[in-house]
Amino acid sequence: MTWFTEHFSDVLSLTGKHIYLAGVPLLLGLIIAIPLGWLARRYKALYPPLIIGTGLLYTIPSLALFILMPLLIGTRILDPINVVVAMTIYTIALLVRTVADGLGAVPESVNQSATAMGFNRFRRLFTVELPLAVPVISAGLRVAAVSNVSIVSVAAIIGVPQLGSLFTDGFRRNFADPIVVGIVACVLLAVMFDLVIVGITRLITPWQRIGKAA
Amino acid sequence: MDDILTWLTEPAHWSGEDGIPQRLLEHLVYSSVAVFIAAVIAIPLGLFIGHTGRGRFVVVNVAGAARAIPSLGLLFIAVLFLGPRLSGDAAFLIPCLIVLVVLAIPPILAGAYSGVEEVDPAARDAAKGMGMRDFDVLIEVELPCAMPLIFSGLRSGTLQVVATATIAATAGLGGLGRFLIDGLSVRDFAQMAGGAALVALLALVVDLGFAIVQRYAVSPGLTGRTRVRRAAEPGPSPDPALQTTT
Repeated sequence: MTWFTEHFSDVLSLTGKHIYLAGVPLLLGLIIAIPLGWLARRYKALYPPLIIGTGLLYTIPSLALFILMPLLIGTRILDPINVVVAMTIYTIALLVRTVADGLGAVPESVNQSATAMGFNRFRRLFTVELPLAVPVISAGLRVAAVSNVSIVSVAAIIGVPQLGSLFTDGFRRNFADPIVVGIVACVLLAVMFDLVIVGITRLITPWQRIGKAA
Repeated sequence: MDDILTWLTEPAHWSGEDGIPQRLLEHLVYSSVAVFIAAVIAIPLGLFIGHTGRGRFVVVNVAGAARAIPSLGLLFIAVLFLGPRLSGDAAFLIPCLIVLVVLAIPPILAGAYSGVEEVDPAARDAAKGMGMRDFDVLIEVELPCAMPLIFSGLRSGTLQVVATATIAATAGLGGLGRFLIDGLSVRDFAQMAGGAALVALLALVVDLGFAIVQRYAVSPGLTGRTRVRRAAEPGPSPDPALQTTT
């Protein structure tokens, strides 16, 4: 515990880096997964290749993907940007299916009503389908957020500083305190991400609460 | 890119104690032992929980919480605490194996549990109506019906293990991760990337292997591959909560 109080500011700055490395890919992944999921939903022929393709990306172990990133996007080896892109790929891999299934769960009658009211496809997607798919997408996003926070720590092996650095640092010095602090901080961060997503979901889907109260 | 191909095709890298075949074998042995132990623990437990509904709350939360625990930290803690109590190779081998098993259990457990829970109640009632005993219902009806989700649990558990076995090289474990870690320590990018490519390939091949086994292990009545039903319903989509990686 003394180690933690003495190194509080270090842990805080590593936490900040961790939030960046796990959070930015989450937003980027969501933004990219929405059109991909929509495509998979809209054109049936695209569903299997998109879902299987992104599923295959998800099977690649993180350390391998971090190391292979420079080959794929031509960045410098051990550049933090490799981690951001790799994490974005994992997020997309998890979310494309969720978005496609979420859009698929919107009742057809609702879509037809929107069309009958003169909504064009674009407006229908953004004002009807996506809002109704929010609970499903949010469930997928929570899974992605929690696993992102955990996976990012692996990047400490290739020297990208974040909370995982506490693991490599503690292990190198045969000293458990930083490792324990790192694990606790990672779990707390995952819970925080989860709560933020749940909170935002509640805010943007007020009809869900009303439905429950009635 | 050329460097990696040169590294991969260099005959010297394909033989001996630290050759690719030996490392690949180690990786496969660690992973299969860990997944086997995890499956022996988690599948019966998951079937029991799914069948009786007891301990449901625990499974759902354990599976969710386990995903938040960083595997690298868990690995190091296990080696630091258990290592000094063991001697020789066992000092890192045993802790690493324990961590691999611990990480593989939640997805397999969740798969077995939700597989049984999502069995069509009509099928269960029909079996009871035919006079099957409780245990027979579980083994002859619920288990086969739960197969698709048991497999997705096994698949994500295995991928988790293959990935974690890779990073366990930092804690001294053998396997393909050695190329990544040893390459990193001497800044040999060709070795690192070559090893990374092998790890990625291994994960893809293992997952493909599971897909093929699943095709034959799951009853055709469930997969909709038979032409009996006019409109083949899509199979149960894997719960996103079952997906894990490291």
